Amino acid sequence: MKSKGSLLLAVVVALCMGACGGGSGDKESKGKFAPPPVAKPLTFEEAKADWKNQKGLGPVTNVDLGELDDALAARGKEIYELKCTACHSPENEKLGPAPKGILERRTPEWIMNMILNPEEMAMKDPIGRGLLTKYNTVMANQGLSQDDARAVLEYFRTLK
Amino acid sequence: MKSMKLILMSLTLGSVFLFSGCGNGDGKGTGAIGSSGAAEKVYVAPGELDEYYQFFSGGFSGQVTVHGLPSGRLLKTIPVFATDGEKGYGFNEETKPMLMTTFGFVPWDDAHHPKLSQTNGEHDGNFLFINGNNTPRVARIDLTTFETTEIIQIPNTAGLHGSPYPTQNSEYLVAGTRFSVPIPQEDVSIDTYKENFKGTFTFISGGQEPGKMDIAFQILVPGYDYDLATSGKGPSHGWTFFTSYNVEQENTLKEKYASQYDKDYIAAVNWKKAEEYIAQGKFKEWPAEYYHNFYNDKTHTATATKKSGVKVLIPAECPGLVYYLPTPKSPHGVDVNPTGELIVGSGKLSADLTVHSFAKMLAAIEAESFDQEIDGIPVLNFEAIVAGTVASGGLGPLHTEFDGRGNAYTSFFISSEIVKWSTETFEVLDRIPSYYSIGHLSIPGGGSMKPWENGKYMISMNKITKDRYLPTGPELAHSAQLYDISGDKMELLLDFPTMGEPHYAQGILASKIIDRQVKFFPLEENEHTYKTLNEKDTRVERDGNEVHIYATMIRSHFAPDNIEGVKVGDKVYFHVTNLEQDWDVPHGLAIMGAQNAELLIMPGQTETLLWEPLTPGIFPFYCSDFCSALHQEMQGYVRVSPADSDVKLSWKLGDEGSGN
Ligand code: HEC
Ligand SMILES: [Cu+2]
Repeated sequence: MKSKGSLLLAVVVALCMGACGGGSGDKESKGKFAPPPVAKPLTFEEAKADWKNQKGLGPVTNVDLGELDDALAARGKEIYELKCTACHSPENEKLGPAPKGILERRTPEWIMNMILNPEEMAMKDPIGRGLLTKYNTVMANQGLSQDDARAVLEYFRTLK
Repeated sequence: MKSMKLILMSLTLGSVFLFSGCGNGDGKGTGAIGSSGAAEKVYVAPGELDEYYQFFSGGFSGQVTVHGLPSGRLLKTIPVFATDGEKGYGFNEETKPMLMTTFGFVPWDDAHHPKLSQTNGEHDGNFLFINGNNTPRVARIDLTTFETTEIIQIPNTAGLHGSPYPTQNSEYLVAGTRFSVPIPQEDVSIDTYKENFKGTFTFISGGQEPGKMDIAFQILVPGYDYDLATSGKGPSHGWTFFTSYNVEQENTLKEKYASQYDKDYIAAVNWKKAEEYIAQGKFKEWPAEYYHNFYNDKTHTATATKKSGVKVLIPAECPGLVYYLPTPKSPHGVDVNPTGELIVGSGKLSADLTVHSFAKMLAAIEAESFDQEIDGIPVLNFEAIVAGTVASGGLGPLHTEFDGRGNAYTSFFISSEIVKWSTETFEVLDRIPSYYSIGHLSIPGGGSMKPWENGKYMISMNKITKDRYLPTGPELAHSAQLYDISGDKMELLLDFPTMGEPHYAQGILASKIIDRQVKFFPLEENEHTYKTLNEKDTRVERDGNEVHIYATMIRSHFAPDNIEGVKVGDKVYFHVTNLEQDWDVPHGLAIMGAQNAELLIMPGQTETLLWEPLTPGIFPFYCSDFCSALHQEMQGYVRVSPADSDVKLSWKLGDEGSGN
């Protein structure tokens, strides 16, 4: 527990220096304490219009779709039926939206990030946040591996 | 305004600190911050983790509690021998079999000694074992799930106190009879104690193999009260020691009559020799019935299996199996130091501790320095085996643990203190009070060959707390106290109330356990007979007057959530599967009027609640574990109709209805 003492000390000293240090006064300390400039977040509508550039937040940054892989899609369907159908139905809205035609409104990366990282997507991604406001209930993280999520994405490609 | 104050405060503190820190170097600058004060040593900041898990027995609560050290924070209550409505343990159909015994369903016990499994004499973090004192049982808790997964009943035993005290590699867990009784049980006059009453030592195999606990063999011994036990290690590996009192063999007013003799015995059992005798077939098959209950983490279901027959060894027919070590004044605890050489007996009516030498014991056996023989058990000569005596200055010694630096720490109940002494010189080095009336003490790893971090913390477990906490009526909490033992002087750091009687506790470095935690149960691996893995398979089936509801749950709905066609007189089984696959998302199920408890279902798990509705009407059910923003919406209805009604069985969720 020793380390906590020294950590506290460091914080106190840093605070002290920040607040009372330096002769140049106001200007400098203001610079230190002012929040960093933040770009204004997109609204739900703006983000949806810009969907082709929206990759979401999470582990997936790039997906090459390639030719449709039927075996992978079949595996994806199995996973989807076991872990997703309590809240989704392929063709109709249930607790969440239906994945039918989803590749015409979301990028593959965004979809996989939504599956793998729904908590952060609901809080920070402009589309994720908008969906949460619309559907009221938070999408569950069903513990899929990245490979499983990729398989589900392949299955989604078959739902046109 | 608030933050302004905060900054001001830190500034003031900061400057005080700076002054004392960069002062003239007179070394006196020990203000509140940066001092080595007790508060700082036990402070675990919000969001930070404790260094140790400490497992406390709940004593007469029948359970185990898990606390973090050094904070003392309560992390979990693990139900073991008693039903627990919070978790549905012993109430749901899956865990009811855990509490089966030959006496029927026994929903309570007196849990005493939590002992961690060992490999090469070190705590390996695999399992925790604990004994039930009243209806003799030994349980296994799996440290990947922190759930009780196995309970074995101990036959031919009454008052299972000296248990489970595993051997060096958990080859065996042991059990001794605290109360001698006729073995096998028999209807006799209690006054025939000396003639008819006997004791047993039991060796339970399968310590490291879940589902395989079994009674390997029992040893029939004279009818004393066998109190505590400990298994040898290093050189003494292969031996287990049991203390006894009441060698007077009295059966009434024991308080007085069982303390007449100057010495009782520590029984030394050579269990490797026992294995040889078993292999040679020198055992008797005795009738005995007992239950073995096992909870399977794939089926999420326990099964209770009745077994019969035990192998019994009789010392008179098995030379070299058991020896008695005379030890003064009704010894209570017996503890072996980390090197495996010293056997410390705490004569609870004495001021002194008797320390026997294992090497001398072997030499005395070799030289046949026997004073007498009792039922084929040689009594070794006291002078021949004693390594030394600790003139403690305290009163009522009970238990000893070790720090791995050559020091021993003994609890004294009557004088309410802990005495630290040297295992080399037997001199007293330090003493510190406990508040009040300490029973066991515990140093993480202090009963093994490798005390963690060479003994950093020590916990005392105290029976009386009178003025220590805000009063709570006639019944007051027992307590644990945390001491820093890393220096020459012991230092009291913290005092916290505990559940039931914290009879004993063992601690382990958190890093030995953290990484093996199960976070949820994969749905793919669910082998429950009544699982439902998909909402489209949810349904309700009738079989005579049994109604089986195959339901699922996920944030935040049940499927189905409207059920009709149940009738008064039905036995309704809710088989509910939690479809979540994420950490920390259990859901509950509570039904109005159910006479058992809630279900608390972990992600990926299936559990069953039996409900027998007594009157017609509409019965709501709901999720009892706050699970999401729409948790309050997680509810449903069952319609119950009169026994002779012809309402058809039907169920639905949203628009997706069904029926038959
Ligand atoms: C507990 C209910 C629940 C489960 C289980 C669930 N989801 Fe969702 N899902 C939602 C909700 C609700 C939304 C809408 C976003 C929100 O409210 O956060 C959503 C949104 C989505 C979206 C975005 C759809 C769109 O049109 O933008 C995808 C993709 C998705 N889910 C895939 C899945 C997959 C794949 C699974 C199974 C691995 C799954 N979900 C499991 C509730 C769930
Ligand atoms: Cu819930």
